[in-house]
Amino acid sequence: MDSWILSLLIFIPVIGSVAMLMASNSIGKENKNIYKIIALIATGLQLILAAILYINFDPSLGIEESPFTVQVDWISSFNIQYFIGVDGLSMPMVLLTALLSFLCIGISWNIKKAPLGYFALFLLLDAGMMGVFLSMDFFLFYVFWEVMLLPMYFLIGMWGGPQRHYAAIKFFLYTLFGSVFMLLGMLALYYYAPDGNTFNLIELIKQAPRIEASLWGYDMKFLIWISLFIGFAIKVPVFPFHTWLPLAHVEAPTAISVILAGVLLKMGTYGMLRISYPLLPGEVVNFSFILALLGVINILWGAINAIAQTDMKKMVAYSSVSHMGYVLLGMAAVVSTESAGAEAGLNGAVMQMFNHGTITAMLFMLVGVLYDQAHHRWIVYPDDYEKPELAGKLAFGGLASKVPVFNGFIVLAFFAGLGLPALSGFISEALCFIGGFSAFRVLTIIGTLGILLNAIYFLRAYQRVFLGPFNEDYKDLKDMSNRDLAIILPLAFLTLLFGVYPQPLMNIISNSLNKIIIIVQPYI
Amino acid sequence: MNLFTNLESLSLYLPELMAVFLILAIFLSESLPNYRHLTFNISIIGLLLIAFTMFVVPSSNKLLFQGMIVNDSFSYYFKYLIILSTFSVILVSKKDNSVINEVKGEYYGMLVIIMLGMFTMVSAKNLLMIYLSIELVSIPSYIIAGISKNDKESNEASLKYVIYGSFASGIMLFGLSFLYGLTGSTDINFIANNLITNDNPLTLYISILFILVGFGYKISMVPFHYWTPDVYQGAPITVTAFLSVAPKIAGFAIMIRFFYTLFAGSSLDVNWPELIAIFSALTMTIGNILALKQVNIKRLLAYSSISHVGYMLLAFSIVGPQSISSIMFYLFFYLFMNLSAFYMAMYMSKAYNANNIDDWNGIASKAPILSFFMVLSLASLAGLPPTSGFVAKVYILRNIFIGEQFMWLAVVAIINTVISLYYYFSIVKAMYFMENPDLEAKKSDKFLFWSIIIFSSQNILFYFYWSQLWDYLDSLVSNMGII
Repeated sequence: MDSWILSLLIFIPVIGSVAMLMASNSIGKENKNIYKIIALIATGLQLILAAILYINFDPSLGIEESPFTVQVDWISSFNIQYFIGVDGLSMPMVLLTALLSFLCIGISWNIKKAPLGYFALFLLLDAGMMGVFLSMDFFLFYVFWEVMLLPMYFLIGMWGGPQRHYAAIKFFLYTLFGSVFMLLGMLALYYYAPDGNTFNLIELIKQAPRIEASLWGYDMKFLIWISLFIGFAIKVPVFPFHTWLPLAHVEAPTAISVILAGVLLKMGTYGMLRISYPLLPGEVVNFSFILALLGVINILWGAINAIAQTDMKKMVAYSSVSHMGYVLLGMAAVVSTESAGAEAGLNGAVMQMFNHGTITAMLFMLVGVLYDQAHHRWIVYPDDYEKPELAGKLAFGGLASKVPVFNGFIVLAFFAGLGLPALSGFISEALCFIGGFSAFRVLTIIGTLGILLNAIYFLRAYQRVFLGPFNEDYKDLKDMSNRDLAIILPLAFLTLLFGVYPQPLMNIISNSLNKIIIIVQPYI
Repeated sequence: MNLFTNLESLSLYLPELMAVFLILAIFLSESLPNYRHLTFNISIIGLLLIAFTMFVVPSSNKLLFQGMIVNDSFSYYFKYLIILSTFSVILVSKKDNSVINEVKGEYYGMLVIIMLGMFTMVSAKNLLMIYLSIELVSIPSYIIAGISKNDKESNEASLKYVIYGSFASGIMLFGLSFLYGLTGSTDINFIANNLITNDNPLTLYISILFILVGFGYKISMVPFHYWTPDVYQGAPITVTAFLSVAPKIAGFAIMIRFFYTLFAGSSLDVNWPELIAIFSALTMTIGNILALKQVNIKRLLAYSSISHVGYMLLAFSIVGPQSISSIMFYLFFYLFMNLSAFYMAMYMSKAYNANNIDDWNGIASKAPILSFFMVLSLASLAGLPPTSGFVAKVYILRNIFIGEQFMWLAVVAIINTVISLYYYFSIVKAMYFMENPDLEAKKSDKFLFWSIIIFSSQNILFYFYWSQLWDYLDSLVSNMGII
């Protein structure tokens, strides 16, 4: 069982989508519910397996000692291995992926258009995400990384909003642009590794720092770092590569926005921590100031843009840009001369990755619930709105009394988003800032402005939509259904739990992160 | 030297002899009204027999016909690819109406003549043979490009092809004569030995440049590509499918043999790899950028095939055994992905009269299976994992890291990959995202249907034998004896 569990985590969704294709042949077109039931079973099984994995997971073991690790030759002539494993860095991401995928099937329960295609592609996307977080071979990692693009392109382009075609191809081109550079970096690592060519990421930790080569007058390690950074930065997305994100998030259907913001963005920072940090520690140290600077720009730029938005979903999308900035700042803190600072920074970054996943999932889901009933999600009607008499006016107002349960959850989600103490966002953001402060004092002080800016747009949006006089257009608005409650309760629970008791999460990750710190610190 | 006399050579030349008989048989049955309906079957069975003979007659490194030809395993690999593409094109041509029925028999015959020309091309060891075989491929190609004689575009394509082709082969002949003048022989092994003492690098360089015009025209390398889009658009679509694959396979084979025999292992100061690197960058960039604005599917695929030539030239610009095997590896997958894409275009043009991308709107809901496989082929052409196009591209790129040369070319190549995604997926966008309620579902004939599916599933199935194919090519190239 031990050695099968990771492979099953990746391939259960694939089996699910094959089962759907087979079912479509045998049952015909009448019974469309079968697809979502299969999808629910597949992601449910995956979630159970992830839970089993979590229970049996020993954070003190590295990839090589872990009983779950599987390492077999795949293409021996190119030294490619099917090498999957789990450590403290990937464990929270695996849990997050399994949980959000399962919940997203619930969110997309009412998909009417081509359900077979939707759920089959969703499961392939799920498999790709899981594969990225479990791969310990760079080639395998890259294949899974790219496998996600095609389903995502279709999911945005077919089931998305009015500008979906443009959003889909823009997402595709941006991420492909990043990943082809990653491909070059990957091949360079393979061929310049001093003790023989390998894609094995654990083996490369020993070899990559000893690469001695130069190209066009630059150190090869520097070039590899840059090419990997382009690949990961576009996914995060780091300013100035972020312009695909608001468009893709807004146009995608709710469940896909949740996956995009909840899981896909984390892949960028996960990739940096998994590959760039241990393999190229010297470059991490040289680059850390720029990373922190970009992080702070992300925090502020995302927040300022979010303030300017009149579309609620776009506001949430920009808040993701801002929140990923905290992760970057925390990661940059690895160069702090005080080990407590470095530890706080990295722990904060990984916790922020997990917590932002749950919080942003809540936000997107709640906006989606509102949109499904109101058929728009404006905070304020834009100036060029199709009905000129409404342009510039408040779109909602006073919903709090009409939909109290919904209101309760949105308060929770907004406050978690702006980092209120006792909610999970606070702990991770505070840790990122503590780490950042010990390494980059001035930058971090500027960055803390982000907390204020976050509060501005979340509170203002809350006030404009939920407080004030009730807008009679929405007198038929219904409160959350049981299904909505079932989806949001686990997320809300995790937000509260990790807000007051983050220890379970800390315990998993800190050991693996300490290893990264030990690798990087000597280069300071 | 293992020179064989003419009579002895014949025993190792059986596949080509069979092809000659097949050509005669096709034209004979075509001219007898009672046996006309058998032409298709004769061609199919004949090709199968040739393939079978190739299994039976072993490849050998012996030089046939006094050093004119060698049927080594290197040429055999290309011959299998060529016979496969010919076979498959004839198979799907039967029900296709882009070539009118009155001339179908001649058309099959011409295809087999071209195939014979390519067989000679991939085994040629002599400048005369090289020139003759290229002409043997070109002249029937001009004819089949214009075989729809009532179609103005087809006539135009044929004429452009003739003018451009004869010009290119003239320049090439000029280059070959320089080479003869420098060394006094037409045998390329002999030339290679004599060139070591060559003291006239400029003449040699000019000669190489002129010869490249001929090869470049055959594989449509920029800047000798101008005929490609017009001919591909005007020619009947089955012919286009054939021309987009088979001549490129043969062209690369002859280029590899020619350049590696002449220059590998010697320390000549002719910097042809750099020349090829520049051509490669030009070919993929111009091919891709011009493809961006195309609305006609055939034209788009023409430019896409140009850009694929650019990727293969990238490998060709690095001298080494790995780069030859990676070109052979790439050609193998290119054959499948490109033919399946063309077959889908063939289905669309036959069933829906669809020639432009807009005409493909909403086809995914009417032909879901074929559309799915088309997406697979397009993803493979764009080089996305987990398809064969991606793996082939990785093997091409790794030459740059092995050779540690032309790193800039790798950057050019990957940026081109991103550009190519845009136009490949404009087809996907039309198929899946656009809607066209007027469209009716239409059947396709079963040869075409299964050809698309089989050729396209290749883009995923290769995982089962990828290692074996690569190891096979690797050992084949290292036993080739010209590195």
